[in-house]
Amino acid sequence: MTAFGKLIRTTAFRLTLVYLLLFALFAASLLGFFAWNTRRMVTEQITATVNSDFSDLNDIFSRRGLRGLVFAIENRSLRPGANLYLVVTPTGQAVAGNVGALPPGTLNTNGWVETAYQRLEEQDKAPHLALVRITELSNGFRLLVGRDLEERHRIFGIVAAAAQWSVLVVVVLGLAGGIFVGRRVLRRIDAMTATTSRIMEGDLSERLPVGRSGDELDRLADNLNRMLERIEGLMTGLKEVSDNIAHDLKTPLTRLRNRAEEALATSRGEPGYRAALEQTIEESDGLIRTFNALLMIARAESGQAGGNAEDFDAAEVARGLHELYEPLAEDDGLTLRVEAKPALLHGNRELISQALANLVENAIKYGKASAPLLETPARPPEVLIEARREGDKVLLSVTDSGPGIPEADRKRATERFVRLEASRSQPGSGLGLSLASAVATLHRGELRLEDAAPGLRATLAIPALSGEGLSGQSSHPETHPV
Amino acid sequence: MRLLIIEDDRESADYLAKAFREVGHVADLASDGEEGLSMADSGDYDVLVIDRMLPKRDGLSVIGTLREKGNRTPALILSALGQVDDRIKGLRAGGDDYLPKPYAFAELLARVEVLSRRHGGPAEDTLYRVGDLELDRLSHRVTRGKEELTLQPREFRLLEYLMKHAGQVVTRTMLLENVWDYHFDPQTNVIDVHISRLRSKIDKGFDRPLLHTIRGAGYMIRDGIR
Repeated sequence: MTAFGKLIRTTAFRLTLVYLLLFALFAASLLGFFAWNTRRMVTEQITATVNSDFSDLNDIFSRRGLRGLVFAIENRSLRPGANLYLVVTPTGQAVAGNVGALPPGTLNTNGWVETAYQRLEEQDKAPHLALVRITELSNGFRLLVGRDLEERHRIFGIVAAAAQWSVLVVVVLGLAGGIFVGRRVLRRIDAMTATTSRIMEGDLSERLPVGRSGDELDRLADNLNRMLERIEGLMTGLKEVSDNIAHDLKTPLTRLRNRAEEALATSRGEPGYRAALEQTIEESDGLIRTFNALLMIARAESGQAGGNAEDFDAAEVARGLHELYEPLAEDDGLTLRVEAKPALLHGNRELISQALANLVENAIKYGKASAPLLETPARPPEVLIEARREGDKVLLSVTDSGPGIPEADRKRATERFVRLEASRSQPGSGLGLSLASAVATLHRGELRLEDAAPGLRATLAIPALSGEGLSGQSSHPETHPV
Repeated sequence: MRLLIIEDDRESADYLAKAFREVGHVADLASDGEEGLSMADSGDYDVLVIDRMLPKRDGLSVIGTLREKGNRTPALILSALGQVDDRIKGLRAGGDDYLPKPYAFAELLARVEVLSRRHGGPAEDTLYRVGDLELDRLSHRVTRGKEELTLQPREFRLLEYLMKHAGQVVTRTMLLENVWDYHFDPQTNVIDVHISRLRSKIDKGFDRPLLHTIRGAGYMIRDGIR
């Protein structure tokens, strides 16, 4: 497309054309109205002048006869800017007046007539236009009194010229304005288009140029940029997930395959096959769990799982999980305690439960692992689940007395599949903390990992439900600290 | 039990039908939503197993249409979509149970059997009895033989659920969903620990165990061998 072609296709230019047309029509109709009115006014004026002259002459005729009339007409014809006069005999001979040739038959009419005529004394034979009044006198002679319409014609000409010029000026200025605005817009749109096509080619890090004026295009560009940021974030997340799936699911898949191959090659008889198949199922169950966790994290991170939000008490979640995990902890030689105070929040209860469950499972796993290392077995190692409100946050935390996570590793610990050196020997997919972190982020909160000296305190800090602060205790009589 | 499996993947459908037939059920197949709807509408099935995503008409719409027509055949939704939102959507649409893919057949079988029993089964009894074990749902008393057993509230609910489905396999996820109302996979054997506690209370010291572990599937409470 040529530059001009592009220009005339811009919205700004098209709008300009529409406005232009409207303004031209407006100007034309205004001037038309003006011209028509002027013409009417001039005609009225002429009629009045002619009428007064006419009755004057009639008066003279009735008082002084034909002679007096002829004399008066000769006299009046000589005045500058005189009216048109003509007196003819019943046979059509001109007796007096300043009018030369008239179209034949004109004089036979009575009353007002608009007619062409030629002046008597003038050299030019060009016909002029006049408005005349004709009447028959009592002696059969005919009298014509009229006025030239040149003036009316001239005024009309002036108005027409004004109309032409104004329309021309409107069109020229309008077009120039349209081109100016259109090109300005076009330049910016072109820049945006160029950027977006680069983005479409795959460079998601590109951003649209945003001007300083804060106009609608800037706002649009700004919004698009934010959308791009979100898309880039999602794409990065997706890529990470697929990378992780490729990297970390391939290992157990390979193991699965090797085991099946080995069983096929070496096993004899049904028991061998049965054992291998059972192992295979177990391994694939583990894979499915890992896969589910990955999907869940991806969904939580992309903000998709926020659909089923409800109001609930974090304390109930804490107590419920305590109840669920208490026997498990006890079997592992740990004491699982819960300290829960009412703390209402709004969110996806299932996801938050699962996030907290992951923290509890981690705490039990690592708390147990550290148990034999403790020098002072005076009190059994303990895991504490807490729920409380602090400021505008609801804190759900799990504290263990295990080895903790060194300061330097804490950030890394929430990444997918990261299993810190110290925990390599423990079973697990390495997704627990990253899921908890994703769930916290989904609820506009965060996962904090702190040193509990000894041990680790993992806290889900999630914005509390507003309006539930001081009255928290009384509004939930059914909840009570355990 | 007569089952209708609505699943567009030929191989999975054949596998399911074969597996259900092997355990003594009758299984019909439909390969798209429209066919499934007309078969479910006309046939007399005990349970419908419906894939979430089907050609011509998706699974949720099949269930929704059936429910509108007053057909209350229990329906289990199979879905490859994510768990949290999707399960709720499925249940809202009129599904009775939800199982995310991939699943173990034992899990599906256990759920389908529970569903078929729920449908048209007798009204909920107030007294459950398995062998000499009795659970009174009104007074919350549990006795075995002449001995009264003391159970924690959660142990009581666990036993209640197991006894309600006596003779049927219940899986760990079913227990977690129905007794605790959690819908995630714990990475630990947390359910097994609860079961072993319950077992030590109801079976320890009695010569005939009632609470059995079904390998690769879950648990079952029953008296002797069926």
